[in-house]
Amino acid sequence: MKCSLTRFVLVAYAIYLVLPLYWLLSMAVRTNSDIVGAFSVLPAAPTWANFAEIFSNPVWYQAFGNSLAYVTINSLISLAVAIPAAYAFSRYRFLGDKQLFFWLLTNRMAPPAVFLLPFFQLYSAIGLFDTPIAVALAHCLFTVPLSVWILEGFFSGVPTELDEMARIDGHSFVYFFLRIFLPINRSAIGVTLFFCFMFSWVELLLARTLSGSSAKPIVVVMTRTVSASGMDWGVLAAAGVLTVLPGALLVWFVRKDLVKGFALGRVA
Amino acid sequence: MWPLQTGKKWVKVNSFRPRTNRAWLGVLPVVLVVAFSAVIPLMTVVNYSVQDILDFNTRFFVGFEWYRDTLDDPRFRAAFLRQVVFSLTVLFIEVPLGIAVAKGIPRTGKVTPFVLVLLALPLLIPWNVVATIWQIFARPDIGLLGVGINALGAAYNYTAEPLHAWLTLVAMDVWHWTSLVALLAFAGLTAIPGPFYQAAELDGANKWQVFRLVELPRLRGVLIIAVLLRLMDSFMIYTEPFVLTGGGPGNATTFLSQYLATMAVGQFDLGPAAAFSIIYFLFILLFCWLFYTSVVRRDEM
Repeated sequence: MKCSLTRFVLVAYAIYLVLPLYWLLSMAVRTNSDIVGAFSVLPAAPTWANFAEIFSNPVWYQAFGNSLAYVTINSLISLAVAIPAAYAFSRYRFLGDKQLFFWLLTNRMAPPAVFLLPFFQLYSAIGLFDTPIAVALAHCLFTVPLSVWILEGFFSGVPTELDEMARIDGHSFVYFFLRIFLPINRSAIGVTLFFCFMFSWVELLLARTLSGSSAKPIVVVMTRTVSASGMDWGVLAAAGVLTVLPGALLVWFVRKDLVKGFALGRVA
Repeated sequence: MWPLQTGKKWVKVNSFRPRTNRAWLGVLPVVLVVAFSAVIPLMTVVNYSVQDILDFNTRFFVGFEWYRDTLDDPRFRAAFLRQVVFSLTVLFIEVPLGIAVAKGIPRTGKVTPFVLVLLALPLLIPWNVVATIWQIFARPDIGLLGVGINALGAAYNYTAEPLHAWLTLVAMDVWHWTSLVALLAFAGLTAIPGPFYQAAELDGANKWQVFRLVELPRLRGVLIIAVLLRLMDSFMIYTEPFVLTGGGPGNATTFLSQYLATMAVGQFDLGPAAAFSIIYFLFILLFCWLFYTSVVRRDEM
C-alpha cells in the first residue's frame, strides 16, 4: 500500500518519538560537568561513569530490587485472582455479573491521588507500610480490573466445546483448567502480565506514598535525587535508561501477541 | 458476554452461557482484593469528607460543608478549568494522530514488530522518567529541544513562561500516550478482513472513502476504549507536571491531582481534601459515562 501522507506522518512521528530517547541516552554517557559546560548534539567523550555510579551505590541498586519485588508480587496476585474471575465471567451468567464487571472498571477511573491518605493509614494500621507488599496490593487497584478485562476477552474467544469435550473425556475440572485451558491461553496470560507489569512499573504516586526508607523504589530515588544536592543530570539520565530496559525487554518477548492483546481489550 | 463486532450487529462469541450462581466462587477473590484496595479506602474518604478533623481524637460532623467550600473555591475552579482544557487538547491531538500513525504502519513484514516495539516504548517508561526525559530534552540551556527552538529565533523557556510550560506538557503527553491510541487503532485495522477492501476497490472508492466508510466504522470499538482511557488518565495526570514544572510557573500547570496532593499530603487538610477527592472521582465517572452513553445512543439511532 503506497500512501505517501500516512507514511510521512509515521516517519515524522518516529523522529519525534526517538529524539527525546536519544537525548536521554546521550546524557547518560556524559559527565555532569560536560553536560552543564557545553552544548553538543553528539557526546564528545562517552563514559560509563554514570552507570558505574548506579551499580556501585546500594541506594540505587537496592531501589531497583525493591521496584522489581513489588511489580512481581503485584503481577502474581493480579493473575491469581483475575484468572478464575475472567473464566467465570466468560462462561457463566450469575446474579449481578454485569454490575460487578462495570464496578471493577470504575476502579480503573479512580485517581490515585484520591487514595493517598487512606492507603497510607490502612497499610500503616496493618503494619505493611514500607514493604513491597503494600505497594503491590495498592497497585491491584488498577491491575486487577485491567487483568480481568483483558483475560475475559481472550477466554471468551475459546469455544465452550473445549470444556464440554474435556468433561466427556472424563477429566476433572481442575485437570482441565490447569492442563488444558491455561496452556491454550498462554499468550493471553503473557499479554496480561505485560499490562500488569507496565502499569505497576510506571506508577509513582502510590509507590512513593507507601514506601519509607527501606522499600524505596527506583522511581522514588530518582525524584529525591532531583530535589536534593543540585542536579546530577548524567546519573539521572543513566538511571532513566536503566528503568526503560525491563519494559523494552518484556515488550520484545510479547511483541507477537501485543496487537492481539490490544484488539481484545474492548469495552463489554 | 464478550461482543465481537461483525458488521453493524454485536454478536456474542459464546452466546449460550449457563446461569449459575456458583460462578461467584470464581469472582470472589477479585471482589475481596478490590474491596480491600478500593472500597475500604473509599469509605475512609467519604467518612473524612463530612468531618472537621482537628486531630485524631477531636473531630466534628460538618455535613456537606467541605463539598460546598470545594465547589466555591476559586483555586479549585481554576484547576478544574485548566484540567478540562488540557484533557480536551491532548485528546484532540492524540486520537487523530494515533489513527494516522496506525495507518502508516505496514500490516505485515519484517519492520512491523520493530515499529510496534518502538511505539510501545514510551508506555513502558516510568512516568517520572518520562518527565525527566522531557526536562533534560526541553531545558533551554542543555536540552536538544530547548536549544534548538532558541537557535531558530524564538525565545523559549518552559521554566519561566506559563504558555511554554503548558505547551511543553502537551508535547510531552502527546509523546507519551499517542502510542496507546496508535497501537489500539492498529489492532483494530488488522482485524478488518481483506474482502472489505476488495469490495471497496470494486466500488471504485478512493482512499478517503475507504477510510471513512470501511475503516472508521470498524475502528469504533477500539477508538471508544482509546478515548475513554485517555480521558480518564489525562484527567488524573499528576507525576508528569509534578516533575517537569512542579505546577508552575505560578499555577499555570497545576491540575486537579496536583492541587489535591498539596491539600492532602502537604497541608494535611483531611476533610476538604476528602470532599475534593469525592467530587474529583465523581467528575471522572460523569465524563466517562456521558461520553459512553452519547456514543452508544447515537449508534442505536
